[in-house]
Amino acid sequence: MTRDETFLQFLLRMGDNTLILGHRVSEWCGHAPVLEEDIALANTALDLIGQTQMWLGLAGEVQGEGKSADDLAFLRDAWDFRNVLLVEVPNGDFGRTLMRQFLFDAWHSIMLGRLLKSSDDRVAAIAEKASKEVAYHLERSSDTVVGLGDGTEESHRRMQEALDYLWPYVGEMFASDEVDAEMAAAGVAPDPASLREEYDSLVQRVLTEATLTIPDSRFAHKGGRDGRMHTEHLGHLLTQMQWLQRAYPGATW
Amino acid sequence: MDRATVEQVWEWLDAVPDPEIPVISVVDLGIVRDVTWEGDTLKVAVTPTYSGCPATSVIAMDIETALRDHGIDKIKLETRISPAWTTDWLSDKGRAKLKDYGIAPPQPAGGPDRCPHCGSTAVEKVSQFGSTPCKAHWRCTDCREPFDYFKCI
Ligand SMILES: [Zn+2]
Repeated sequence: MTRDETFLQFLLRMGDNTLILGHRVSEWCGHAPVLEEDIALANTALDLIGQTQMWLGLAGEVQGEGKSADDLAFLRDAWDFRNVLLVEVPNGDFGRTLMRQFLFDAWHSIMLGRLLKSSDDRVAAIAEKASKEVAYHLERSSDTVVGLGDGTEESHRRMQEALDYLWPYVGEMFASDEVDAEMAAAGVAPDPASLREEYDSLVQRVLTEATLTIPDSRFAHKGGRDGRMHTEHLGHLLTQMQWLQRAYPGATW
Repeated sequence: MDRATVEQVWEWLDAVPDPEIPVISVVDLGIVRDVTWEGDTLKVAVTPTYSGCPATSVIAMDIETALRDHGIDKIKLETRISPAWTTDWLSDKGRAKLKDYGIAPPQPAGGPDRCPHCGSTAVEKVSQFGSTPCKAHWRCTDCREPFDYFKCI
């Protein structure tokens, strides 16, 4: 791969993570257990979609084929997406949605913190903007995970089940490949594996406070961030997200 | 016609209300970052508050409409994301207007210092997020009124 192709892969990974998670979270709009949570989820989704516009906007520029962020979001098929599997799994109950949010926010905040020092000014600028929003996301998802984990017998049970279900999807966020190696060598982005220690201590601290137990396995489902094998859920998600462009190709607002 | 001075343009922009919190202007909000003439084209740099804020495109349209109404027809709007918007850029005039409107202005401590309705310091957070991306939802335990708090970022 050329340098631009590698950079494009990195940008798609960032933008597809926020796009797919933003879409998943927006599925709660009008369905959350209480109004405040509904608003909070909608606002979180909105931030993530906004960040997507920046990442995929830059991806389109780097690609140099005249594609906009919208083109990349709506006109690609499942195998072209580069998001981690964690963000595409279905929401499950409210507890699982918030657990996934916490596991992602923790990674996201650490990643963006490192990207502030990217050798690429455009990446650093997006990270600067996004990290302020993600600090709020993490504060809220941590609080909620603690509240529900250390809550009633039922909420505790559901949060532990959510953690057990989602934990095997955590490892992929730290699995490095040749794209990461090249980005790290160029000073554009950190090697994801180098974020793991900070992540583990953050997650351990919050989950301990939430009286939850991290599963004792490092097994990781992979295949999202390199596009080799997404779960069946991504295709279903895209039929919703891309419905308009598939039914009316080229339709504009 | 002579082209308007940059000062005059800032004054015009200070009359463009924020679409979601119309008591303050887009200048009060600190999102207009730069106004310059480039030949006969007026360049205005605008920064978004939150990256996904749906008001951003409405604001751009409102700015353009206002400037056209003042006779400027060559306008170039630039979205500038760095340096990232901070609530430090809210004007003092804007902060006072927010408070009068019932929205607690941002505080470095991370929460409102007092209830914008009765002035009590007995306030508590209801939710990290409020009616728009830039606000959180709080309530006063003295006068029992809920209120929006403009988050500090
Ligand atoms: Zn009060």
